[in-house]
Amino acid sequence: MFIINCPYCGERDQTEFSCGGEAHIERPKQPTELSDDQWAEYLFMRKNIKGIQFERWNHIHGCRKWFNVVRDTSNDKIHAVYKMGERPPIK
Amino acid sequence: MSNNLRINKNNFIDQTVRISFKFNGKKLFGYKGDTLASALLANNIHLVGRSFKYHRPRGIMTCGSEEPNAIVQVDKDPALTDPNVRATEIELYEGLEAFSQNCWPSVNFDIGGINNFLSPLLPAGFYYKTFMWPASFWEKYEFFIRHSAGLGKSPTKPDKDLYDHQYVHSDVLVIGGGISGILSAKLAAEKGLNTMLINDKSYLGGSTIYQDDDIFKIDNETSNVWLKKQIEELKKIPNLKIKNRTSVAAFHGYNYLLARENLTDHLSAHERKEKIRQRLLKIRAKKVVIATGAIERPLIFNNNDRPGIILSSSIKKYIDYYGVKTGENISLFTNNDSAYETAISLIKSGVKVKVIIDIRENSNSILSDKIEKTGTKILRGYTITNTGGYKRINSIDVMKLSKDGGSVIGNKITYKCDCLGISGGWTPMVHLFTQSGGKLKFRNNDNVFIPDENKTPSEQISVGSSNGDFELDDVINNTIKNIKIFLGLDKNKYENLDIKCSKEKQKRNIWLLPSNKPISKTKPFLDFQNDSTAKDVKLALREGFKSIEHVKRYTTTGMGTDQGKLSNMHALGIIADTTGTNMGELGTTTFRPPYTPLTFGAIVGRNVGEFFDHTRRTAIHDWHVENKAEFENVGQWKRPWYFPKNGETMYQAVQRESKAARESAGILDASTLGKIDIQGEDASEFLNRVYTNAWSKLSVGKCRYGLMLNEDGMVYDDGVTTRLGENHYIMTTTTGGAANVLSKLEDYLQTEWPELNVYLTTVTDQYSTMSICGPNSKKIIKKIIPSLNLSDESFPHMSFKNSKIDNVNCRIMRISFTGEHSYEINVQSNYAKDVWEKCINAGKEFNITPYGTETMHLLRAEKGFIITGQDTDGTLTPSDLQMDWIIGKKKYDFIGKRSLYRSDTIREDRKQLVGLLTDDPKEVLEEGAQLVESLEKPIDMLGHVTSSYFSPNLNKSIALAVVRSGKKLKGKKLIVPMENKNINVTITDTVFYDKENKRLNA
Repeated sequence: MFIINCPYCGERDQTEFSCGGEAHIERPKQPTELSDDQWAEYLFMRKNIKGIQFERWNHIHGCRKWFNVVRDTSNDKIHAVYKMGERPPIK
Repeated sequence: MSNNLRINKNNFIDQTVRISFKFNGKKLFGYKGDTLASALLANNIHLVGRSFKYHRPRGIMTCGSEEPNAIVQVDKDPALTDPNVRATEIELYEGLEAFSQNCWPSVNFDIGGINNFLSPLLPAGFYYKTFMWPASFWEKYEFFIRHSAGLGKSPTKPDKDLYDHQYVHSDVLVIGGGISGILSAKLAAEKGLNTMLINDKSYLGGSTIYQDDDIFKIDNETSNVWLKKQIEELKKIPNLKIKNRTSVAAFHGYNYLLARENLTDHLSAHERKEKIRQRLLKIRAKKVVIATGAIERPLIFNNNDRPGIILSSSIKKYIDYYGVKTGENISLFTNNDSAYETAISLIKSGVKVKVIIDIRENSNSILSDKIEKTGTKILRGYTITNTGGYKRINSIDVMKLSKDGGSVIGNKITYKCDCLGISGGWTPMVHLFTQSGGKLKFRNNDNVFIPDENKTPSEQISVGSSNGDFELDDVINNTIKNIKIFLGLDKNKYENLDIKCSKEKQKRNIWLLPSNKPISKTKPFLDFQNDSTAKDVKLALREGFKSIEHVKRYTTTGMGTDQGKLSNMHALGIIADTTGTNMGELGTTTFRPPYTPLTFGAIVGRNVGEFFDHTRRTAIHDWHVENKAEFENVGQWKRPWYFPKNGETMYQAVQRESKAARESAGILDASTLGKIDIQGEDASEFLNRVYTNAWSKLSVGKCRYGLMLNEDGMVYDDGVTTRLGENHYIMTTTTGGAANVLSKLEDYLQTEWPELNVYLTTVTDQYSTMSICGPNSKKIIKKIIPSLNLSDESFPHMSFKNSKIDNVNCRIMRISFTGEHSYEINVQSNYAKDVWEKCINAGKEFNITPYGTETMHLLRAEKGFIITGQDTDGTLTPSDLQMDWIIGKKKYDFIGKRSLYRSDTIREDRKQLVGLLTDDPKEVLEEGAQLVESLEKPIDMLGHVTSSYFSPNLNKSIALAVVRSGKKLKGKKLIVPMENKNINVTITDTVFYDKENKRLNA
């Protein structure tokens, strides 16, 4: 069970958070102009990598803010935490 | 009691305190400080159990948590009895009662022992292979197999004991109370770090504390004397906490550990009273030191499982620590120098060691010379080929090993003995290390897996024998050196200790020792608890199993309650030898938590009974209880289900309530519906985006029903939202969906639409809701709030008014989930019960009838209103629900809109919501029942019933169902096949009652 450094509250236990899946998947601004395939790409396709993954997390039992986490899924090491709308601090 | 097995030597047992206990009903005595195992051995009892498969007699084999055989059932009380407890870890207390397991009628005469003679017929995978045919017979076999298998009996009554959870935060956590753990903890604590030392024994000092011989010396003192001084100093350090009788069960990432602290298991029944039995420690440590030690390996040879065959280091502990002789005539069998330490202890205590069989060709350490001088015979380059005796070993056959160790040569010599010590070297306890994510490396010279320092997770270190240092000089020197770096320490007093260690470190490793018989005629046990032999492993390999994980499961090696602490290494070794692989490449099986078994009590702690989950009650709950409501759990909420009167059944109560609501007036506590307060200048735009229908034109004071989808176009939640002001709405959600809907809305606001100025607040608990429906509802509201204009012009359906009931502010909505003329009163929850009672009193003359969720469901089903989660299951679009009217076709976008015309969602043969009427109007369908067109096989399933009731208002059975292409099938006859009959039904409209909605304004 890992510790997440919430950008608003500081370090808290993982049990206070919920994971919202892959980060940086923007909802299309004009969905009606997309083909079925393009829409399906947004709707269904998610990465599940062993290694560095960019994820959305929500401090659901705390400030309820969403933010982004860069996590190595092979060892749960968290490399960076940054707010929504910010650029990832690492590639 | 055979007193002569107890030596009168200065040891760790208090021989002035005699303790009586019972084993298999027989009264016995031991002393304070004994374990059940040491007390049994002092009573000359070796046979304690029967093996799992062959029911062979088995004895105490170790002195610790690795014990595979001596697992017993403790206590007879059906609430307190504990199965599978290791006798080697049970501290003796007055009144202890323990029983052998896995034997019937008794451990001495066990009918299952016949399996031993059938063993040639019971190879690995026997059950898998034999009970496969015919497949339908499995149910018959299963009873007998399950009956004869299994270890111990579960308690049958609720546990009476108390358990606790505790959170611990420490700078340094040291696991292991042996010499390396003690030195690590001392260095950490002396630096001022907040330190916790966890030790699974009742005493500190590991095996060094009873190492009383000048073969090991530290600064010119025997190692036990030196260590005792360190422990005394350690205990005085204020920032160090010592937890004895505590075992770390799991080591997770980020240095999060779970440990079980035993608080009363060593106490007699009356000393335990009102005390907490066990505590689960949830530890978060900045740094962790693993000093969990090593356990001795057995040797694998023919018939190596007889009672009286004990690990040599355990024999040493029994004599040095407990003062118990494990036999009068002991022989030792070894591949390394450890057995010679045991020999010294035995000889010093006056026990004869007749012969030491050492498979090494030469070992000329100071130790072995010392022993040879006492007259003990040492046979170098020999092995044991067989053992004799049934319930206790009585002889060993010894033969010379060939040069390559693969076979035996020469003549057989037989020695008599009543106990055999075996020593196959040491295995570091790396379980916790690997649990935490560390990777192991294989050390070829002594065949051990040790932590790979390059693949160790950060902020932890392994020291001592758990790191592969088995001798005193290495243990101390490396621990000090590594801890110094790990904790960033300055020079310390332990750096230049003068350590004397007289042991030879070389060993000769042969995983499976040869016999003069072919292997098929021998029984070299690997896993003593699960009765798997070296033969079984070889058979598995012959049958094509290659992965060690597969071999493990096929042969069940390492799958007992001891989790293969003794057997795993040999199994790996034999696989490696047989397949010609290097063990390092083979790797190990996965070590999973818990390291030692945890009780369910410790896992759940206080979260039992009422504390198992949160219970949410509405502000009106007490009234419901007083009025004899039956309750239904809806999520965490307790909701009134129905209000039975005069012994009514549920069916009768619901029929009465439903009729009353349509004929005069009914009242429902709807407080559990989720309520979200939405404010901000973009609130209307926000609702436009989250609901399928249009919201901008909804005027202030009006209500609207909304359907919320997921991005995949499937219905997610529904409810009525009211516009309280220009930029102020209150949204209601389903009871179960409230929390998720709020989270979803917050997600969109924060991540997709941060430009919207909208604020969401959950007010579910702050406001209570009561819904009054029926033709007389208007009269009742009029009585409570005479000033309110209730005319349809002033207060039409789907509108809202602020009002007061006796100075209590309330919001009144004219909305209806029953199809009747109805009002919903929302008040602050602290006034709710009062207002509810006011409504009840005002409604008395109209026979106002409180109803629960069941009647609510029935009334809405009459109207064909859906319940999300009952009639929907996350696979239905609004169109599937015949609710196309609610989709704002002109809206540019809303959540899920694009998905509504994906190729899959526009298919015409999707499952769609329909109504069903049974041909026999009295026949009520079962919810979940399948719908088919014909009974000809193969039967095509067309759909299933989602809601079904007997409608008292229509006097017939009604149902909702989802059916493939249902929209087109109106009027079609279908069949609902049930266990003992087939029910004929007809597809209809989803609305059964008041299709023109006349009653809304009645």
